[in-house]
Amino acid sequence: MIPELGHFALILALLLSVAQAVFGLAGGARSNTAWMAASRSAVVGQFVFTALAFGTLAWAFIQRDFSVLYVATNSHSELPLFYRVAAVWGAHEGSLLLWSLCLAAWTLAVAAGSKALEAPFRSRVLGFLGLISIGFQLFMLTTSNPFKRLIPAASEGLDLNPLLQDFALAVHPPILYLGYVGFSVAFAFACATLLEGRLDAAWARWTRPWTLAAWLFLTIGIALGSWWAYYELGWGGWWFWDPVENASFMPWLAGTALIHSLAVTEKRGLFKSWTLLLAVSAFSLSLLGTFLVRSGVLISVHAFATDPKRGIFILAFLTIVIGGALLLFAWRAPRLRSSAAFEPTSRESFLLLNNAFLIAALSLILLGTLYPLFIDALELGKVTVGAPWFNLMFLVPMLPLLALLGVGMHAAWKRGLLGTAKYRLYAIAGIGIAGSLLVGGAAYGDIRPMTTLGFALALWVMLSSLAMPWARIRARQPLPAAALGMVIAHFGVGLTTLGITGVQSFKVEKDFALGVGESAQIAGYDFKLAALRDVQGMNFIGVEADVVVSREGSPVTVLHPQKRLYNSGGNPMTEAGIEVGAARDLFAALGDQLGQGRWSMRLQYKPLIRYIWLGAILIALGGLVAALDRRYRAPVQARAGEAVVPVAQ
Amino acid sequence: MKFPVRFLVPAIAFAVLVAFFFVGLQREPGRIPSPFIGKPAPTFSLESLGDPAWKVGTADFSGRPWLLNVWATWCVGCRDEHEALLAIARQNRVPIMGLNWRDDRALALRWLAQLGNPYVSVAYDPEGRTAIDWGVYGAPETFLIDSGGRVVKKHIGPLTMEAWESEFLPLLTFAEGRK
Amino acid sequence: MAPRRKRLLAVVAILAGVGAATALAMLAFEDNLLYFYNPSQVLAGDAPSGRTFRIGGMVTEGSLKRTEGTLEVRFVVTDYQHSIPVRYEGLLPDLFREGQGVIAHGKLSAAGEFEADEVLAKHDENYMPPEVAESLHTPTPARVSE
Repeated sequence: MIPELGHFALILALLLSVAQAVFGLAGGARSNTAWMAASRSAVVGQFVFTALAFGTLAWAFIQRDFSVLYVATNSHSELPLFYRVAAVWGAHEGSLLLWSLCLAAWTLAVAAGSKALEAPFRSRVLGFLGLISIGFQLFMLTTSNPFKRLIPAASEGLDLNPLLQDFALAVHPPILYLGYVGFSVAFAFACATLLEGRLDAAWARWTRPWTLAAWLFLTIGIALGSWWAYYELGWGGWWFWDPVENASFMPWLAGTALIHSLAVTEKRGLFKSWTLLLAVSAFSLSLLGTFLVRSGVLISVHAFATDPKRGIFILAFLTIVIGGALLLFAWRAPRLRSSAAFEPTSRESFLLLNNAFLIAALSLILLGTLYPLFIDALELGKVTVGAPWFNLMFLVPMLPLLALLGVGMHAAWKRGLLGTAKYRLYAIAGIGIAGSLLVGGAAYGDIRPMTTLGFALALWVMLSSLAMPWARIRARQPLPAAALGMVIAHFGVGLTTLGITGVQSFKVEKDFALGVGESAQIAGYDFKLAALRDVQGMNFIGVEADVVVSREGSPVTVLHPQKRLYNSGGNPMTEAGIEVGAARDLFAALGDQLGQGRWSMRLQYKPLIRYIWLGAILIALGGLVAALDRRYRAPVQARAGEAVVPVAQ
Repeated sequence: MKFPVRFLVPAIAFAVLVAFFFVGLQREPGRIPSPFIGKPAPTFSLESLGDPAWKVGTADFSGRPWLLNVWATWCVGCRDEHEALLAIARQNRVPIMGLNWRDDRALALRWLAQLGNPYVSVAYDPEGRTAIDWGVYGAPETFLIDSGGRVVKKHIGPLTMEAWESEFLPLLTFAEGRK
Repeated sequence: MAPRRKRLLAVVAILAGVGAATALAMLAFEDNLLYFYNPSQVLAGDAPSGRTFRIGGMVTEGSLKRTEGTLEVRFVVTDYQHSIPVRYEGLLPDLFREGQGVIAHGKLSAAGEFEADEVLAKHDENYMPPEVAESLHTPTPARVSE
């Protein structure tokens, strides 16, 4: 009964989305107060029913209702409660429902939080969001219904993929989706403003906090995914340039370019077309990612189980939404011309370059991700693009970006004379290079060009970020939240760069065959396999090893890698033993029994790896602080903007 | 005002991309291992391989799970999986129906006589129409159908004891719908 | 500088940048594109010698052999038409099994053995690497004859 209620709720939600879209767009076009109000009510209704649908599915999981096909294929009677709930989004159908719920939540937030916007504009925004909701709900109801019954009911479920029975991976999708889906707000803002044919600084001020919020969730989501891969997949890798990873990274790059572009549009009314295009692109890339991961078009070890009908639906949806937005852009954007001048060393210039490099990186990653598809469609063979290509292609635009980042933060708007900041920057550059050589030489005994460059850039960015607030505080000038957020986020970028440079330059990963009592050495650490024992958990049995780690004779830690076999059957799972440290991680994973009492083991030394994720957290924190700036919450007068900016010259 | 074409570039680039995706999807049918999971198995009633006057089909197994194994004498992998099929049949867990696909009746019968017959019945599909209904695009393929007549699993390529034990057996409790 | 000239300069710079980036990207592709071959294709000589590529198929039952007490393993990859022996030193993925699909990444040695530097197995109960499924699977012939 309850699943049917959920199904019905989803249908109602779809009807309300239609109402929201129709009344939203029509009401906005005609400035009809009644229709616009109707649209807002539809938003609330849509959220309530989508939440209800989600709730019934969660209930079915909690109650172990194996008469629902989706529950039966993704759950098990012995699955702990937390994972029973997380299993709701463990596969395709449920994750779509999560997508819909996130979209409904964002829409509700926009409806509630933008009272100060002009009513017709707000109505159009809600209307566009409604169109997107329709797409996802229709998709679910026609091809991916999570409430389908299994009659007669199964006596036992097939269990949630053991890989997903992990805290980080359980919370990763909701956070990631809040990010992906959040970009739809900027998208809707862009479409609404294109439709109206005018764009002013107030629009940018309105769009920015929403974009920052979505972007920070995406940042955390990606970082979580990377961290999870590191400790759970058993082999210590933290980024693989896998299509599914790229599907989340590309919107992030677009989002980053967008928040910077919005800053310029907000401050100086420039870059309007770019900002609009980026706003459309960020969400388009989110949708594209959804398509790539669920349609079977790309070969990825992470892809969901596929179905050609679903692929066609998503492709059609993609075409309508993105194609429509891009056509709207082509039609309306030419009218929005900016005409202010700026100097080559002004902040505008730096942000322009920032945009350029981020977009370059994004395009290259897109090329690499789609290249196999192109080659296959042209029947030229089956290829994959290896990680080294992506590493190189990403590095090339990032190096100048990081270098310019340090300077750009201090450049003034419009005229951009650095003034006294110049000397500070020279000093920081010097410290950066010296520090890099010191770290490389003293800490790791190895000085290499790329490593030195990496550390230098990391220090450069970190110190440069701190220079600005330091100068302000000394001069007893105020530090608004937006500026503080920028500082924190940029510092985070430097920290992440530090981590990546450290790991990539000095990591050691080796496989060994060890018996009890035997040991192996890497990076000056001695790993001894001291003992092996059988273990048992709530829904698994396995083997655990004690690996005693010491350095120059003195003990450092004991690691406990495990090999588990889940009760529900299937292949064994590796749980790595990791020791977290301020300067490095030590890592041990069990492989297989090799005979003669030996086990294969993978031992790793990972210097500075924690800073990658710590930096990411700071980036997200910076976004949060910036989004909370008072100027975004001040009520805005009716937008006093130019209707159509006359083309200057 | 001359229309600045450059604003159309994103839309055009996107259109090209969609075209590639569309082509890519078309090439997909071969890649999806489980298009029918959870869906009702396509019903059929065909001539039995041994006796054209006798009909066999999906109705024979209503109410209990069963396996459909698509095979032919021209298929190398079928030769390879035959031992495993015989062993699975001996376990007597689920009945196996064979679907002899685009084959020669006499050759097929001779094959079974020489190598052993793991099937409770064999449907003869010389035109391949039933196979098309089932989304078969090569041999061997093995389907597990549950007691409600829905396809629960599709295995592509030769069936091995390993796959039987790790992939099919756990599904059987599920497919039986009752202890 | 007049805005017009600045714009022109910007356009030129962007084009130059794009051109350079594309050239670099294409060049880098050369070494980093991994092509996939099944055993039959490898034996037919389609796969490049001396360069890394991917090979995929089923692990032949009973072919997995470990050199006792060491990391060295050998197994055979087959597409049921032809087989290739593989040698690998290291940890095999959890999902690796005889009788199931596998993809290995490495080079063909002069002796005809595939020296793998990475072994990947399917990641899901219901997932078979598409290239593997396609290559193992005999599509219907035009006409059957004895």
